[in-house]
Amino acid sequence: MDFNDTPDQAKFRATCREWLEENAELKENKSRGHLETSLEEHLKTAKTWQQKKYDAGWAMLHWPKEYGGIEASPIERIIWGQEEAKFNVPGGIFEIGLGMCGPVMMQYASDEQKDRYLAPMAKGKEIWCQLFSEPAAGSDVAGLRSKAEKDGDDWIINGQKVWTSGAHYSDFGILVVRHDPDLAKHKGLTFFFVDMKSPGITVKPIKQITGQAGSGSGFNEVYFDDVRIPDSQRLGEIGDGWKVAITTLMNERLAVGDAKGSDIEEALILSKSKDDAGEALIKNDSVRERLADWFCEANGLKYTKFRTISALSKGEAPGPEASITKIVSANKLQAIGNFGIDSGDMAGMLIDEDDGVSSFQGAWLGAPGLRIAGGTDEILRNVIAERVLGLPQDPRADKGLAFKDIPTKA
Amino acid sequence: MNLDFSDDQKYLQDEARKFFDKEGGLSNARNVMDNAQEADQDLWKKIVELGWTGIRVPEAYEGLGLGHLELCVIAEELGRSLAPVPFSSSVYFFTEALIKFASEDIKLDLLPKLVSGEVVGTYAIAEDMHQATESNLNVAVASDKLSGTKIAVPDAGMASHMVVVVKSSTGTDLRLVDLADASITVTPQKNLDTSRAFFKVEFQDTPSKLIGNAGEGWSNIQHLLDQAAVLFAFEQVGGSQSALDMAKAYSMERFAFGRQIGSYQAIKHKLADMYIAVTLAKSNCYYGAWALSSESSELPLAAATARVSATKAFQLCSKENIQTHGGNGFTWEYDCHLFYKRSKVLSVLLGSEATWKEKLVTNLEKTNTLVKG
Repeated sequence: MDFNDTPDQAKFRATCREWLEENAELKENKSRGHLETSLEEHLKTAKTWQQKKYDAGWAMLHWPKEYGGIEASPIERIIWGQEEAKFNVPGGIFEIGLGMCGPVMMQYASDEQKDRYLAPMAKGKEIWCQLFSEPAAGSDVAGLRSKAEKDGDDWIINGQKVWTSGAHYSDFGILVVRHDPDLAKHKGLTFFFVDMKSPGITVKPIKQITGQAGSGSGFNEVYFDDVRIPDSQRLGEIGDGWKVAITTLMNERLAVGDAKGSDIEEALILSKSKDDAGEALIKNDSVRERLADWFCEANGLKYTKFRTISALSKGEAPGPEASITKIVSANKLQAIGNFGIDSGDMAGMLIDEDDGVSSFQGAWLGAPGLRIAGGTDEILRNVIAERVLGLPQDPRADKGLAFKDIPTKA
Repeated sequence: MNLDFSDDQKYLQDEARKFFDKEGGLSNARNVMDNAQEADQDLWKKIVELGWTGIRVPEAYEGLGLGHLELCVIAEELGRSLAPVPFSSSVYFFTEALIKFASEDIKLDLLPKLVSGEVVGTYAIAEDMHQATESNLNVAVASDKLSGTKIAVPDAGMASHMVVVVKSSTGTDLRLVDLADASITVTPQKNLDTSRAFFKVEFQDTPSKLIGNAGEGWSNIQHLLDQAAVLFAFEQVGGSQSALDMAKAYSMERFAFGRQIGSYQAIKHKLADMYIAVTLAKSNCYYGAWALSSESSELPLAAATARVSATKAFQLCSKENIQTHGGNGFTWEYDCHLFYKRSKVLSVLLGSEATWKEKLVTNLEKTNTLVKG
């Protein structure tokens, strides 16, 4: 039992490290990633960095060489990720494309399409988004209603998608739609990829509870109004849309993972700092108890991740333990944000004129979204219960019904 | 990165699990409870024969000379089966106290006998209805003789020897006593988990031998407690997993309103929360196991983290296992209460959850440990 790399892993880490040191700057402190910049500026720096990574083989290192990868093992991907995270590099733009759209294209697209799309995706020249959720289909995403009708060699798409991260700057998207409402819910779905510049697509940023809209990787509504997609852009068979979507969702759970933001270190630093009267919060027993609880959670997640990495390191399939990560970290983030605000007592609610929301305020505002995105707390508990523990599925009121006959209101 | 047990250690754990299953699993704890015994003597004899009491004893003293990690995997299986034996008292505490702090003479005398089962050891800390501290100890030593009363001493009926934490002229000492001495009175104390036995132990001019340096008993006992906390945490994780398994099995076979109760989200989410608690606790235990086996300076923090996390997990899993069983869970007949009671006793045996949370935060104040992975 140790935390050391094998000689091969150490060598690989050194190679990553050497390249990063030549091409990026080490983070000076761990607290803030990037300064506030405009979206255009951020996109530009992110694309430049991605291209640089691609040229050196780091962009999609686990991919085959023909698509710009170096056929790296899972543990090497993790080592690269650990090292890159120590450097001040732009993020938040390509995760969905590379983490979710890439694997689907790799598995289902034709060779010709792979040649056309995968490299520009990996280089950051073309950005991809994922179009699944709809206003009436969130946790029950297979209940989506956007429709596809065959017209010659094309499909005509009508409907609305929602919660599409980055749709406002994406070039392409993966899309699941209903081709036949007479079939049962999961059977009537078909999967496509779509050019986001197609006529008939309208993207509207969603104003979130944070007050932000269209900033960074913000969420959007995407409207489809008689949008034409050639049949050649279908991924999987007609009616296999759910099967293809599930592949993507599995990748999403891996991609979402940890809730980033205020954690136990920040809570500790805050608790240890003295106020004007020379009192530190950490002297308060109720604060001490909460710090202990959060440390147990944060530390438990850290070593859960290490157990997963250990399995990968030995070439074994990791156990299901990583399934707890998002539930625990998003709730912890919310609690710590709340604690940070409360620590200011009456002034805790005030937003600094110059600095804007504090990291604790940001955590508290953002955490409700994290408890929903990529599977709500409730859906994730179902997933743990059904897939990890093997409990039976809920009986479903819509089972066996044609989609058009499924009740939608009381 | 290798935060995992070796293949040999996993094999040992597998063997231990098969052994406890073959020996009757939970029925041993139930028998001890129903027959008001102190422990399952037969099970204990077999454990000794397997050599597990000598896992950590160096070969020079006739032990197996293995490490703490082997002890961790055994602990998890003891916890899973709620084994009613003095293993924790004798192995996690007494044997470790001798290995770490005893003189060569004492080691040569007692360690081989611990391996062979001729000697069973235990430890005495508590004296009253509060946390023992260096300043509130009343049991004292003068001219090597002990006087005073210890309570909640595990396994003192079966044990032949004991390490006692006492007040001395130079501070605190650890003292070794032979329980056969006529000056000692051992009286059983009723407790919540009657599959384990606890005793009041009164000393009256009882002869004793110093273990470790005079005056250093308090820091020595803290170290032993930290070590034991990791091992107890593995027991707690084993018990948690076992309670979760039991709840899961019942939720699959019990029907209500025409369906398996495990198909209701009220039950699913309860069991998912139990799984989350066990997973966090287990990962914290691995951290503890690493700190213990590598003699890391992080042991006090790692031990407290494993301890608090595992205490929470076992208490959650054992109480929600009863809840999942509904009325059946409240009967003597079903095994749910065995977990509930053991989880409570384990949660206070080394000091309460609050005590260990305090240790955890005190260590966080001292170190500037960053937890980001």
